[in-house]
Amino acid sequence: MKIKEIQKEIVDEFEMFEDWMQRYEYMIDLGKSLPLIDEQYKTEDNIIKGCQSKVWVHAELEEDKLVFTADSDAIITKGIIAILIRAFSKQKPKDIIEADTEFIDAIGLKEHLSPTRANGLVSMIKQLKLYAVAYQTQLN
Amino acid sequence: MIVMFDVQKIRKDFPILKREINGKPLVYLDNAATSQTPVQVIDCIVDYYSNYNANIHRGVHALSQEATDKYEEARKKIQRHFNAAKPHEIIFTSGTTHSINLVANGFSSLLKKGDEILVSAMEHHSNIVPWQMLAEKTGALLKVIPMNEEGGLLMEIYDELLSEKTELVFCNHISNALGTINPIAEIIQKAHQVGAVVLIDGAQAAPHLVADVQQLDVDFYTVSAHKVCGPTGQGMLYGKEEWLNKLPPYQGGGEMIAEVTFEKTTYADLPHKFEAGTPNICGGIAFGAALDYMNAIGFKAIAAYEDALLKNATKKLLEIEGLRIYGTSENKAAVISFNIEGLHPYDIGSILDKLGVAVRTGHHCAQPIMDFYKIPGTVRASFSFYNTTDEIDILVEGVKRAKNMLQ
Repeated sequence: MKIKEIQKEIVDEFEMFEDWMQRYEYMIDLGKSLPLIDEQYKTEDNIIKGCQSKVWVHAELEEDKLVFTADSDAIITKGIIAILIRAFSKQKPKDIIEADTEFIDAIGLKEHLSPTRANGLVSMIKQLKLYAVAYQTQLN
Repeated sequence: MIVMFDVQKIRKDFPILKREINGKPLVYLDNAATSQTPVQVIDCIVDYYSNYNANIHRGVHALSQEATDKYEEARKKIQRHFNAAKPHEIIFTSGTTHSINLVANGFSSLLKKGDEILVSAMEHHSNIVPWQMLAEKTGALLKVIPMNEEGGLLMEIYDELLSEKTELVFCNHISNALGTINPIAEIIQKAHQVGAVVLIDGAQAAPHLVADVQQLDVDFYTVSAHKVCGPTGQGMLYGKEEWLNKLPPYQGGGEMIAEVTFEKTTYADLPHKFEAGTPNICGGIAFGAALDYMNAIGFKAIAAYEDALLKNATKKLLEIEGLRIYGTSENKAAVISFNIEGLHPYDIGSILDKLGVAVRTGHHCAQPIMDFYKIPGTVRASFSFYNTTDEIDILVEGVKRAKNMLQ
């Protein structure tokens, strides 16, 4: 599936929720249940230091697609990471470079992508794009 | 709980408290970050720009004179509030950070290699970084006065650290992350015995109590207006006249000079030597109005009321299983830093925000304290005289709800 299609699928899923409580409970469940990153990749090199929560990101190229794994020490941050990974991982670097994150606004989680939250998510998205640019160059 | 004043009447002075956040009434418990502004101060700001906005200290026209009079009147209000000996010992700055940098910069020409600077373990980054920069520049040594688990300074180690090499001592009056009220009278007196100069960061203390700078015999004391119901971008540095005269100017520009030729410039007298350029005129005047407002309520009543809020909130929060409060010193201002076992402060803060409760989460610009407790940060609820026990109940219910959702 293309990034846009996955994002639409996520937006549709979130429309089922009646209020913020349900959205948050879903994200907390995501945050709790998903093993997102291999422990060996939770290194200092892979860490993005937000002011509040820490985020780890690891990228690997599988054939012509980029696979991301990530984690956070805060569970809501981790839930949002799970959603971002679902949209961006196993995609071609070129598509990742061109993709946007507007679907996060549409599912009512905009505030978590605000730089003032300093939770590492804004830097994480930047990092995903940087990996995509780097691997795109490699593929070329 | 004994109500010393009519809180509901006071709340009417603060238009922002009527706001709703995420469909819920705002419960503002981030007062240690910034206080809210009463209509009396807002009116003062509107009055300035509506009626007498002009540049000060140089115009011959009536408006300039009026603005200058009001600005200098504010300086005198601040002088009286902190009981400084002279009005020119009050330097208007953009806030505590500016005040500290002004002093740190001044000492870069007065310190030499091997001199020692003592700073407490519970400082805000703004009272650590300028001194680190000063130490790097001068070759002076920065030493730390450690703290105990309760968040109190280890005074016996302070005694050991003090020596004839000690030139400067820095400490906050009240810790922003823990609420500890530090024994500054003792700190100042002991530092003076070895001939050291003391700067006390009063940013967190100013909204809760009144420091008498002469009685304390402190050399420098710093305050930000936005912590005492005043505007942001405004603050003050109190300095003893003799020290302000010894320090070189911080910034060059207009207003701070006596005479300028291309060969040499002579500096203006205090306080203008440290007030280069057009200042935040309205901010200075509004700072004065904010102190008037708080003094009209009375700091004794404010302290007693906030103490009652602190005890109420502490008791109710501690009933939540797994909740730990950081900063349990006997002598403490209305600030509660806490965590719940196994939960990240960011998660708790995010859910509280959804419930309309504004708290601070993170390291509160005091990373060394977080390192001390080996935690990523805390949730911090900080109370003001316009908060109510009903709001504490909303906070406590919110924390319980967050806990249920997250565990």
